[in-house]
Amino acid sequence: MSRHHASMDRVLHPVSKALAAAGDPSQLLPAREQMAFTLGFHIILVPFGVALTALMLIAHYRGLRHDDSDALRLARRWSKVAAVLVAVGAITGTVLSFELGILWPGLMGDYGAAFGMPFAVEGLFFFLEAIFVSIYLYGWNRLPPWAHFWTGVPVVLASLGGAAAVIAANSWMNQPGGITLRDGHVTAVRPLRVFFNGAFWYETVHMLLAAYIVAGFTVAGVYAAGMLKGRRDRHHRLGFLIGFLVAAAAIPVQIFVGDTVAREVFKEEPAKFAAIELLPATGDHVPENLGGFLVDGKVRYGLPVPDMASILAGFTPSTEIRGLEAIPPEVRPTDRSVTIVHLAFDVMVGTTFLMLGLVLWFAWLWWRGRTMPTNRWFLRGAALSGLVAVVCLESGWVVTEVGRQPWTVVGLLLTRQAVTTQGNLWPLFGATVVLYAAVGTGAVLVLRAMARRWRTAGDETVYVPYGPEQPYATSGTAGEER
Amino acid sequence: MNLSDVVALVMFVGVVAYALFGGADFGAGFWDLTAGGAERGKNARHLVDLSIGPVWEANHTWLIYCLVMLWSGFPAAFVAITTTLYLPLMFAALGIVLRGAGFAFRKVSVRTPQQRLNGTLFAASSVLTPYCFGSIAGGIASGRVPSGGNGDAVTSWLNPTSVLGGILAVVSCAYLAAFYLATAAHRLHDADLERYFRGRALLAGAVAGVVSIAGIFVLRTDAPRLFHQLSHRGLPLMVLATLCGIVGMAGAHLGRRTGRREIAALAIAAVVVGWGVAQYPFLLGTHLRIHEAAAPDTTLAVLLGVACVAALIILPSLILLFRLSGQGRLRAHI
Repeated sequence: MSRHHASMDRVLHPVSKALAAAGDPSQLLPAREQMAFTLGFHIILVPFGVALTALMLIAHYRGLRHDDSDALRLARRWSKVAAVLVAVGAITGTVLSFELGILWPGLMGDYGAAFGMPFAVEGLFFFLEAIFVSIYLYGWNRLPPWAHFWTGVPVVLASLGGAAAVIAANSWMNQPGGITLRDGHVTAVRPLRVFFNGAFWYETVHMLLAAYIVAGFTVAGVYAAGMLKGRRDRHHRLGFLIGFLVAAAAIPVQIFVGDTVAREVFKEEPAKFAAIELLPATGDHVPENLGGFLVDGKVRYGLPVPDMASILAGFTPSTEIRGLEAIPPEVRPTDRSVTIVHLAFDVMVGTTFLMLGLVLWFAWLWWRGRTMPTNRWFLRGAALSGLVAVVCLESGWVVTEVGRQPWTVVGLLLTRQAVTTQGNLWPLFGATVVLYAAVGTGAVLVLRAMARRWRTAGDETVYVPYGPEQPYATSGTAGEER
Repeated sequence: MNLSDVVALVMFVGVVAYALFGGADFGAGFWDLTAGGAERGKNARHLVDLSIGPVWEANHTWLIYCLVMLWSGFPAAFVAITTTLYLPLMFAALGIVLRGAGFAFRKVSVRTPQQRLNGTLFAASSVLTPYCFGSIAGGIASGRVPSGGNGDAVTSWLNPTSVLGGILAVVSCAYLAAFYLATAAHRLHDADLERYFRGRALLAGAVAGVVSIAGIFVLRTDAPRLFHQLSHRGLPLMVLATLCGIVGMAGAHLGRRTGRREIAALAIAAVVVGWGVAQYPFLLGTHLRIHEAAAPDTTLAVLLGVACVAALIILPSLILLFRLSGQGRLRAHI
């Protein structure tokens, strides 16, 4: 129990308590919406940088090892898709780094010395990723085959390291530590404690698995949709299987990890756990509420499963779980944000079990038919699995981000203290939505056009350059002409 | 020199690298914008595609490097800059989004109208972004960013020094890119295109010269301390920049190829380093010293460690990328 109290003490930090009494500034809502929107957009691209590149290397390895031209073609096409998505991810990531300063000067000014550090490490990984993505992408048919394959390996490793570094910063906001404060200023930093904070490992493993699930199911979904349209060749089957099997392998592990994460949150982030469980008052024999929301501090609707929350948290029905009441009123999350966290958690868990169901269905069909299932209903489900995985990923981030409110850095910095004092942010938000909608639409359109081109003309389409006719031969670069 | 100075230096190396590598990519966008209609400009645009395709993302990363160094190493300065210069920062971010998306999408689109739209976005934002960064540099250098932040949102970047900085940035990028593209055209044995970009190098050099001379008067009235420092401590660098500019233009005129890119890059690097030297030991104008804005020493040590690892891992990787790209070992189109 002492660990619970330690985390609760952070919530009762006296400096913040005094400031908490002040009201929300008007720019808080648009700033949060802006951040949620841009982060929510960026997070969809992350799995493609982190895991699509790994799928691409799996196909590439198979292609080279077994002289499999179908696998090589898949690797090549996925590399082109990854190139577009990594480019969009790079720019939306850059926007986020601007926003951290523009929207949240309180966070960056007061805690930049600690919070910023993991990003410096991330920058390193990102640099490596950007360099080798280019070499790999442009190296097709130019570099010796295995050397070319190996240039893809740093891409996968750097993307794992980069993701872990960003999550180090994020998890530090959930369980801050490793700093010495004097008059609200960071006067000393213990870097290892900042990086490897209490929430680091579980958040990182949870997110990396999520990335593999999203990328795997999205890839599988594309080929499942193709198979539904009658394209059942080996290319489609192989594309489906590589994506699906990676995601299928990750799903059971993710369920186990997710369960561990929930128990860690129960121990270390009691306020978030109370919101997840929609629990107004401390108690034991806590039921697991499916659905439902909080109105005036009371649970409405929802389907309670008796004792379940207590059992999941501590393996016995008598496990005591702290409720929202235990949080001082001035820093207690609002009913609305508690409801959002709770429902997002339900969606995350629900979609995960949907995906598990799909995997089991696959296993059953495979066992019965001893081959790749072509059951139309299964393929329909598989075609949608990518979207389901994205919904799951987004709701997971809603749980961790909204679940931290009203804190930006738990116990140290309230979101309203972190936000900028600059005027009206709604127009900025509106403009961002329009801009990102355009970029998102553009990305979907070019990817669809690429897919169409591959279907009609195969992979070796001649490059059609800018303008009506091409000035150089397709392969015309300096090297060949020397 | 204490730890914070070393970290500031390491960060500034990133600023110079971004100015040179990112700058050349921005400049390529400038020439893409001004290349004329789809038919007339196709050769120039194709060359831009070939030469920046494999490298732009790595070159863009220098910006991330500078940002993370600034916000972790000097959080107070980062916040002062972002809360004051948020408008040009937002425009720069807009430019970065449109530019990256435009370029990536143009590369994979095959229909002329789509290419034209994406190409225009890429090219126009290649001018917008360096202008914004130049004006931000002008705002910082002329002391318009107060230490506590929240400076004037308008005059901090709409002022003579900022406008000068913005224009100078755009012109410098164009100047650099013209030399790079002339060399790339030479590699492709395209004499017409090489001549085309040599001419543009001369033009950009001439404009840069005029802007710089005008700049002397602007700085003297608008940012006297910066002017004083540039004309004293920074004088050797300004002289070096001028000499390189003259030599580079003479070379372009005579059609010399050896070292022309390097001389152009040296001219730009001298200007940027001159700014750094003139501003030292201040991070913002003449009021926030480097050590005053610095994070605790452990953070600075971590950043220094990151920079050392970067030197060990990133530099060789970058050299590999540029060598492969220069040797034509990377496929032109994907």
